[in-house]
Amino acid sequence: MTEHLLEVDDLFVEFRTRDGVAAAINGVSYSLDAGQTLAVLGESGSGKSVTAQTIMGILDMPPGFITGGRILYKGKDLLKMPESERQKIRGAEISMIFQDSLSALNPVFTVGDQIAEMFQVHRGMSKKEGMARAVDLMEQVRIPAAKERVKDYPHQFSGGMRQRIMIAMAISLDPKVLIADEPTTALDVTVQAQIMELLQDLQRERNMGMILITHDLGVVAGVADKIAVMYAGRIVESADVLELYGKPRHPYTQGLLDSMPRVDSKGEELYAIKGLPPSLLRLPPGCNFNPRCPYKQDLCLQEVPQSVEVAPHHMSACHFWQEVARD
Amino acid sequence: MSDPNASAAAAAPETVEAETFQGADLPPQPGSEKPRSLWSDAWRELRTSKIFIISAILIFIFLIMTVFPQLLTFGKDPYTCDLKLSRMGPSSAAWFGYDNNGCDVYTRTIYGAKASIMVGIFATGFTMLLGGFVGVMAGFFGGWIDSILSRLTDIFFGIPLLLGGILVLSSFPSSENTNLYQEVGKVVLALGILGWTSMTRIMRSSVIQVRNADFVVAARALGATSGRVIRKHVVPNSLAPLIVVATISLGGYIGAEATLSFLGLGLQPPVISWGTMINDAQPYIRVAPFMLFFPAFFLSVAVLSFIMLGDAVREALDPKLR
Repeated sequence: MTEHLLEVDDLFVEFRTRDGVAAAINGVSYSLDAGQTLAVLGESGSGKSVTAQTIMGILDMPPGFITGGRILYKGKDLLKMPESERQKIRGAEISMIFQDSLSALNPVFTVGDQIAEMFQVHRGMSKKEGMARAVDLMEQVRIPAAKERVKDYPHQFSGGMRQRIMIAMAISLDPKVLIADEPTTALDVTVQAQIMELLQDLQRERNMGMILITHDLGVVAGVADKIAVMYAGRIVESADVLELYGKPRHPYTQGLLDSMPRVDSKGEELYAIKGLPPSLLRLPPGCNFNPRCPYKQDLCLQEVPQSVEVAPHHMSACHFWQEVARD
Repeated sequence: MSDPNASAAAAAPETVEAETFQGADLPPQPGSEKPRSLWSDAWRELRTSKIFIISAILIFIFLIMTVFPQLLTFGKDPYTCDLKLSRMGPSSAAWFGYDNNGCDVYTRTIYGAKASIMVGIFATGFTMLLGGFVGVMAGFFGGWIDSILSRLTDIFFGIPLLLGGILVLSSFPSSENTNLYQEVGKVVLALGILGWTSMTRIMRSSVIQVRNADFVVAARALGATSGRVIRKHVVPNSLAPLIVVATISLGGYIGAEATLSFLGLGLQPPVISWGTMINDAQPYIRVAPFMLFFPAFFLSVAVLSFIMLGDAVREALDPKLR
């Protein structure tokens, strides 16, 4: 087996709350290579952000507990590393951008201060050098008049510009892996496209591996190489983009794709997957998707489906993927 | 859409912000708008507040009394007394009259500011540092650290400030050769050792609010250590309530010092403070009420101006009150 840049292997995370144990992640595995973009798709509560937080080591523990699995970065298990070693990886090797850039930037410091801080902390640069690099970076993320705006506070920027600043901070130390947790959700559609384009360009220039967490199928299509679809803390299907969009082999993925509005379906009622995602405190027995699944049979109530390779590099965790394929 | 900056320049501050939000990706015109932080915003708000201006002027006068009392007493010495002038009423020679020992009450009132204001400032500084530190630790780390520190705070919180002060001060009585600074230090310690608890509670709750903010998580994700997160992200964003309470309690400490001195426990003669002067005046209240009135008036105004300042600062720092 070749070594991946980042590999999540059979990860289990649970939250021990007053109401019981919420099984947030139940055996998630995925891998990422340099220069590759992996999109992690899923509804709210499917565990996509928790996986990212676990990789970064910013999961709130307690109530979160990692109960199994490994996270390998360049072959080394992050979960077994001492905190001091992980500290060096965070930001410098694996970096992250957040959904809401207004709340993710410190309101009492100028954006220049905050970008420069990255260089001061990790590279031991002086404030002046850091500020010069901050202007550089702001130009790289295409902020107009970067020299003047470096002294502005976060609230003086528009949403799109703030997200660019967040990106500038995240890439400042040339990380090998960039995790983008719903980077465009808080933005309007035209700005979304610009930000995705920027992320893609930066990724290509720097040959970064990128994990793009989103619930927006439209965002994924143009950017990702691979897709992993998550449902109730499991990866139910994963494949290359074109393969997955063309030949979904899991009823959940199929439902997601069918529920996308299309130009040619104008006037028709939009398809929706029936029901709601299950509570993580009480997951249904057998296949977690069975209460909502049109292909449900008795087997689905009893046995958790294993992930099987239905085509090269295409995994599906459904007992009846062949029937899904026939439709 | 027209140039937002042109319209913003004429509009009120609130509109400037709204416009920059919508004015998507347009670069600003240089010089059209200065960068604004929470603190500079608060300062802008303060400068227009009448309460702030009044209290600031009063506090400025009190500070002059503290640092350069001789400027306001025309070179008179508070320890030069003439017994034959004992308890003479206010006159053009002595505006506030003379006390029992024939000392000029005006001069002594001015000199008395020094000890009172110093106790107020140092007690506040001490409680802010100690209480703030404990509060940050408890709020930021949570868990068992929080439990231990919070229970400790509760224990100290249960002891009344004055009772504790009396206890501490009567256990360490001052002798004749303790100087002003030792006296002040002792009172500061007596007040501070019990006064830090309210600061801790306020700091703890405001740190808990900030601790889970996205920018703290983001800072951690980008590799900041706990120490750095606390210094750069948590403390600057949770300091505002502490500053407000500190300003208000400064007045409270001046009052507490006067109470202790009045009871004969706080500052001891020959140190002059408003509290000791009120203590001196107490037996003669019916014969020479002015001996009591002037120091008590100065004390009240000092306490009031710090409380007013605290109110003004709170209004400026809390956007919800605008």
